[in-house]
Amino acid sequence: MHPIVTLVAQRLALGILLLFAASVLIFAGTTMLPGDVAQQILGQGATPESLANLRAELGLNDPPVARYFNWLGGVLQGDLGTALTNGRDIAESIGGRLKNTMFLAFWAAVVSVPLALFLGLLAVRYKDKWPDKLISAVTLTTISIPEFMLGYILMYWLAVKLRWFPSVAILNDSMSLLEKLNAIAIPVIVLTLVVLAHMMRMTRAAILNVMQSAYIETAELKGLGMLKIIRTHAFPNAVAPIVNVVMINMAYLVVGVVVVEVVFAYPGMGQYLVDHVTKRDVPVVQAVGLIFAAVYIGLNLVADIVSIITNPRLRHPK
Amino acid sequence: MNEQLTKLSTQVASGALTRREFISRAAALGVTAAVANAMLSSTAQAEEAKPVVGGTFRMGLTGGESTSTQDPALWASHVPLAIGRLWAEPLLRQLPNGELSGLVAESWEGSSDAKVWRFKIREGIKFSNGQVVTAQDALRTMERHSNEDSKSGALGIMRNIESMRTDGDDIFEVTLKIGNADLPYLLVDYHLMIQPDGGFDNPNAAIGTGAYVLETDEPGVRTTAKRRDDYWGGTQEEVAHYDNIEIIVLNDATARTAALQSGQVDVINGVEPKIAKLMDRAPNLQVRNIAGRGHYVFIAHVDTTPFDNNDLRLALKYAVNRQEMVDKILQGYGTIGNDMPVNAAYPLFDDTIPQREFNLEKAAEHYKKSGHDGSSIILRTADGAFPGAVDAAALYQQSCQAAGIPLEIKREPNDGYWSEVWNVQPFSCSYWSGRPVQDQMYSTAYLSTADWNDTRWKRDDFDAMLLEARAELDPAKRKEIYSKMGRMINEEGGVIVPMFNDYVDAISSEVQGYNDDPNASLMNWYAFKNTWKA
Repeated sequence: MHPIVTLVAQRLALGILLLFAASVLIFAGTTMLPGDVAQQILGQGATPESLANLRAELGLNDPPVARYFNWLGGVLQGDLGTALTNGRDIAESIGGRLKNTMFLAFWAAVVSVPLALFLGLLAVRYKDKWPDKLISAVTLTTISIPEFMLGYILMYWLAVKLRWFPSVAILNDSMSLLEKLNAIAIPVIVLTLVVLAHMMRMTRAAILNVMQSAYIETAELKGLGMLKIIRTHAFPNAVAPIVNVVMINMAYLVVGVVVVEVVFAYPGMGQYLVDHVTKRDVPVVQAVGLIFAAVYIGLNLVADIVSIITNPRLRHPK
Repeated sequence: MNEQLTKLSTQVASGALTRREFISRAAALGVTAAVANAMLSSTAQAEEAKPVVGGTFRMGLTGGESTSTQDPALWASHVPLAIGRLWAEPLLRQLPNGELSGLVAESWEGSSDAKVWRFKIREGIKFSNGQVVTAQDALRTMERHSNEDSKSGALGIMRNIESMRTDGDDIFEVTLKIGNADLPYLLVDYHLMIQPDGGFDNPNAAIGTGAYVLETDEPGVRTTAKRRDDYWGGTQEEVAHYDNIEIIVLNDATARTAALQSGQVDVINGVEPKIAKLMDRAPNLQVRNIAGRGHYVFIAHVDTTPFDNNDLRLALKYAVNRQEMVDKILQGYGTIGNDMPVNAAYPLFDDTIPQREFNLEKAAEHYKKSGHDGSSIILRTADGAFPGAVDAAALYQQSCQAAGIPLEIKREPNDGYWSEVWNVQPFSCSYWSGRPVQDQMYSTAYLSTADWNDTRWKRDDFDAMLLEARAELDPAKRKEIYSKMGRMINEEGGVIVPMFNDYVDAISSEVQGYNDDPNASLMNWYAFKNTWKA
């Protein structure tokens, strides 16, 4: 069998094991937090009777291990269950949220990845000259500013002062694609500024590393132009580390943007998860946790496969 | 002069000036208060006579989560309540002046001992599913909130009910164990929304008698509603002008402000005192604050050492610099407290009770008298205890230090604060949102048997006074009893009340007909009624 197929099979099996481990950890962690879902729902207004009644109704009186295996049994049959807090079907609620998260992550990636690669290449071309320094200075500045701050600054200028884009990025089904893109414009800009530096610097470093090699010198002596050398000789050999960084940032765009979601009231997975952790709604936390873990595992798998495909030595092992 | 006055009074009508500001400015122009008032009401009427029907009213609100439901029994934060006001109504509502007005109930009367209360259901009004509302629905609603399986947030206030029954299709009758002249006020509670068959079949169905029906409902994100053609309202208090209502959850304070400034919403709640003054200067919007009954507290358990010593409690009370807290924590958007849970916003409040002043000498004196061993007194706080709770605790620590009281602050996580710290630890920060009447405030937290007796205040003489006042129908006598109770808590209670917070909201200048209401934020969450957009 081809080594890539074997690798994918191995990774997928390992991934499923990891998902189990993650679900156990999430369950244990959420259960260990002080207070349970009944207390969190009733809050300051809880009375002993209403607590007891709500606990009984939600089935919280079963031992934790039994609750875990109940949940696991459901998931193995494809049933994520219903939220303890509002009784809504989890799969349905998550469906809409996941779509939103993916929509935002997709457009942020579409803008940021090509831009980062391009700026990285440009920085290499003008290494140690002013364009290189300017690119590094600007991207490192934007990555150093906390996301919410970037969000507020852009919101003030683009939404309140210039009124180009809305400050609230709430989507609904009646909007056209263009309206949706207009709604998420500021969050996409913020996310781009946040992930740009990491990818740009990695592109720059990886290509510069390759540029030290003898075959680049040869290409230079052949009389090839700098950009052509970078494009056809250096870049393909630097792809593996770049893809790794790109994948980490893509994963971040999916699972780590809760702050941006809150600032722009964007209905994504992050805010949904935080709300349910606060309320100790274990089935929802489990479901979201599994999806997030699966995204990480999946994107890492893609990164590994890409590095193998781009490396002839790994592609054709002896 | 006349022109100036006219301009001023139009400003009042549009909400740019408060009535009080108007009268003081009119006085500066040499007009007496009586004339100014008369002038004001004629302008106000002229303005209010032409509301615009139609449009969408958009509210950007904090206090919403993706975990919330449409079951009124489980509402505990702002947004579910704001949404609930759209589709549902309780029997009665409280008006801004403190009086009651009928919603599902058209009229009501109590027996002379205040033990039996009869509510007449408004004739011919319908739920949004077309069903006619009967007394049976009211009865079943009250049952769902008080039976032994109840998980309702209103369970605590339903305890005193001995029995309930219907009398024909339109009379709902409640018999109490102990007479309570304030019973109608209790039924204003937002959990007690009348649902078909009490909501037993499907508490989440969002079917009620409200002016609107929900169109989309994404918890914690956005809810839209459209006006019902068959809504019964139309009286002065209950007019629905807007065709559509949109509620957007904006838990982030800056996001809320930006949404109002960029015109994406028409009103917001929970304006941070820090930015309220700055915001008020912005064009096209105005900040509206109203003194309410909500208050921020430091609560000590009077049955736990060292707080079981009244001298120590007095020392802690004298060591609070209340004015400083109102100035620095509330930025002036509030009033000082007087170590009791009621203030002048309550009916039958006795304003002759002396205000406790900040007095370091007296604090030091009482501290010495208490014979406290000098070990640290730990005050637990968290950001979520009330806005600015950590800073308030720090200010308090400073002033305690000046009086020689060794106060130590322990900061707790927000998460789990209400289950692990409040009402558990002997000394902590907390808040109370107000109740409609004094009886309810005291029965909720100061009666020996109260579920939320967070100061462990258990005094038979106090309980007896509370029950006596409850059944007393003569307002003068009740006021006297409440005054005694207030003084008792002020002198001996475990509650330290540095401040009463204002409700601070902001509205776009397009919104007309907005009236401040001390019951809660955004006209007691009824801002979608009676207002309109110019």
